[in-house]
Amino acid sequence: MAMSQTNPVIVDDVPESAVSTRNISKNYGDVEALRDLSLEFPRGQLTSLLGPSGCGKTTLLKIIAGLLEPTSGEVEVNGKKVTGPGPDRAFVFQDFALLPWASVIRNVAFGLEMRGVGKSEREDIAAKYIKEVGLAGFEQSYPHELSGGMRQRVGLARALSVDAEVLLMDEPFSAVDEQTRRKFQEDLLALVQNENKTFIFVTHSIEEAVYVSDQIAILLPRPSRVHEIIRPSNFRAKGVDNIRRDPEYLDIVDEIWASLRTYVE
Amino acid sequence: MANRALYLKFLSAFLLFGAWEIAGRIPVSFAFPTFLESMSALFRMIGDGTMWTAYAETLRPLVVGVAISAVLGIAIGLWVGLSGFFEWLFSPIFIVMQAAPLAALIPLLVLAYGIGLTSKVLVVCIMAMPVIVLNTASAVRNTPESMKEMGKAFLATDLAIILKIIIPAASPVIFAGLRLGVSAGFIGAILAELKITPTGVGDIITYSRSIADYPSMYAAIFSIILLAVLFLNLLEKTESVLFKGNQRGYVSD
Repeated sequence: MAMSQTNPVIVDDVPESAVSTRNISKNYGDVEALRDLSLEFPRGQLTSLLGPSGCGKTTLLKIIAGLLEPTSGEVEVNGKKVTGPGPDRAFVFQDFALLPWASVIRNVAFGLEMRGVGKSEREDIAAKYIKEVGLAGFEQSYPHELSGGMRQRVGLARALSVDAEVLLMDEPFSAVDEQTRRKFQEDLLALVQNENKTFIFVTHSIEEAVYVSDQIAILLPRPSRVHEIIRPSNFRAKGVDNIRRDPEYLDIVDEIWASLRTYVE
Repeated sequence: MANRALYLKFLSAFLLFGAWEIAGRIPVSFAFPTFLESMSALFRMIGDGTMWTAYAETLRPLVVGVAISAVLGIAIGLWVGLSGFFEWLFSPIFIVMQAAPLAALIPLLVLAYGIGLTSKVLVVCIMAMPVIVLNTASAVRNTPESMKEMGKAFLATDLAIILKIIIPAASPVIFAGLRLGVSAGFIGAILAELKITPTGVGDIITYSRSIADYPSMYAAIFSIILLAVLFLNLLEKTESVLFKGNQRGYVSD
């Protein structure tokens, strides 16, 4: 019984980084969007980028995606320097970015199509992920026939189907209604647990960030810098139903609001 | 619903032709025949083969001109829409072409290219191409940024972004440009036959007017409008088959 003394859960054990950003600066002409920003994103965990609007969190996410080039500094994914979009990263867009003329299955299979996967194989994979996000039966529907929440599930299935190690999500739930959003957040927790992927999640909702994240990076604006990194530890294991009334959850939400309030116009 | 739309089409045709018949019977002018007179002239000319030989002549510059305008117009439009440099280089030419009083310029064309097929095809192209180029270019330029970004994020090559995202996204406006361009092409074809050498349908119009056979003249005009309408409907059908999801607008609606 002496064995049971060693606690298998070590709270401060941060896994190695899947993504690192080093001294990132980004200027748009004279406007300094990001200044000398360094952050580590632990493998297999969800890291939120949280901050008031205009703090450059989406800019940082797009730099990690390789969609924007930093003015200086570099991004590494699995130790390799990012020079553009790559197969190791997939993106979920705030406005879904679905192709309106393509059916759900063609939209989901788009990433695989671009990677040169054959038609029948990519449709098999797409069908699997459509089912996984709960859209079975809608394979042949068109985006305009779906609700906002369902459209974002298509966007999510598209990102999952390319099986990238890093999932970049740009305010993915901001365009869906409150109830759908809650369901999405629960599903996201399950996804983080079941898929061995690293998630980077941009949000402007404090509650959402604290609810879904293993690590929260709070960014402050003009120019954007990391203000604080918070790693909630205790309530994650207590089950999704208990998170929102856990004292630690509530404390963290309050604490974040206290540091952000002066920056909100 | 589809049936109701069809009924409405018939109703509006009936009203139009009825008004034509009444106006012809009043008559508003001695040079304005009734609808029924025009139709009987039309069927007579179809029966004796006049119409067929006329269209064999007219369709040649029309088809060649519209085909060139469509293919070249969309290609140049894509180019202009994708590159700021080509926009700077080409778009003034097409804006001038669109605004130019073509009828006044026809003598210049005849001087340069003679009175044959080349001049007539050019007239059709000058009428049809600018609107196709300008529409295509603006549609390409207005492709939603997030769709292109999505393509890049999912590793689409530049060519794949053009073929799989930009062209389908631009297709409603490209098709609108094609429809306008094709109708302008029909006008161009008849204009060429009236202004360069009277051949085909233009010949029927000129000749029947000169001998005051107004029913035949209006029958010829009617037939070209009918052909244009049929062709435009065909174009619309093609579009709805090719890009099914576009019918109900964009995702962001």
